[in-house]
Amino acid sequence: MERISIQTDDFDVGAEYRQICADAPGAGAVVTFSGLVRNFHEVGSGDEVRELRLEHYPGMTEQRILDIVRQAERRWELLAVRVIHRIGALRPGDQIVFAGVAARHRGEAFQAANFIMDYLKSEAAFWKKQVTQSGSEWISTRGSDKQALSRWQASAD
Amino acid sequence: MLHIHYFAAVREALGREGEQVELPRGVTTVADLIRHLRGADSAFERMIASQEQVLVAVNQAVTGGDGPIRDGDEIAFFPPMSGG
Repeated sequence: MERISIQTDDFDVGAEYRQICADAPGAGAVVTFSGLVRNFHEVGSGDEVRELRLEHYPGMTEQRILDIVRQAERRWELLAVRVIHRIGALRPGDQIVFAGVAARHRGEAFQAANFIMDYLKSEAAFWKKQVTQSGSEWISTRGSDKQALSRWQASAD
Repeated sequence: MLHIHYFAAVREALGREGEQVELPRGVTTVADLIRHLRGADSAFERMIASQEQVLVAVNQAVTGGDGPIRDGDEIAFFPPMSGG
């Protein structure tokens, strides 16, 4: 089963973990990933980030994430998948994204969580604008995220 | 009628979130629509010229210039995505 949320509210990793366990009886491994807002960004001015503003395309964003999760479910035998992505105004240190995967064995859970995050970074319909003391600018997809994606495509059937 | 949405830097460059547009005569693909909007709307032309890359989604699926457009479609213009 998969559950996907796009929300302005923060999330509680402990509560999410317990829910994934409850959703996946028989699981031998649960991998959870939490992404936080960095206080600087590799591209742009290099100034300290005061705020990150996220927007999404309602409907399309949810559908694309579901597509990504279903791709992961075709590659690995997964018992539960949970994805949360926050939108709106976030500050450095805030939680921005969560991916949790339950499987029978750790290899599948680690790989699937990694896969979902790699795809989420450049395929899901989100846009980020960073605000620093010198102004604001839109952030484009990082080259390293594209590279992360290409390793899954190279090994695709 | 086409339901057009603009997101992120594209929305800011245009100064609007979207619009309803009568399906222009002769427009059957994404490339046709872009050609039409560039000619009909100087703000759209300036937006295209100012953006490094603009993606197009038809009914919430990203598509290329040869993607078909029909009356009633939802069209969105936006820069490359950056989630996570």
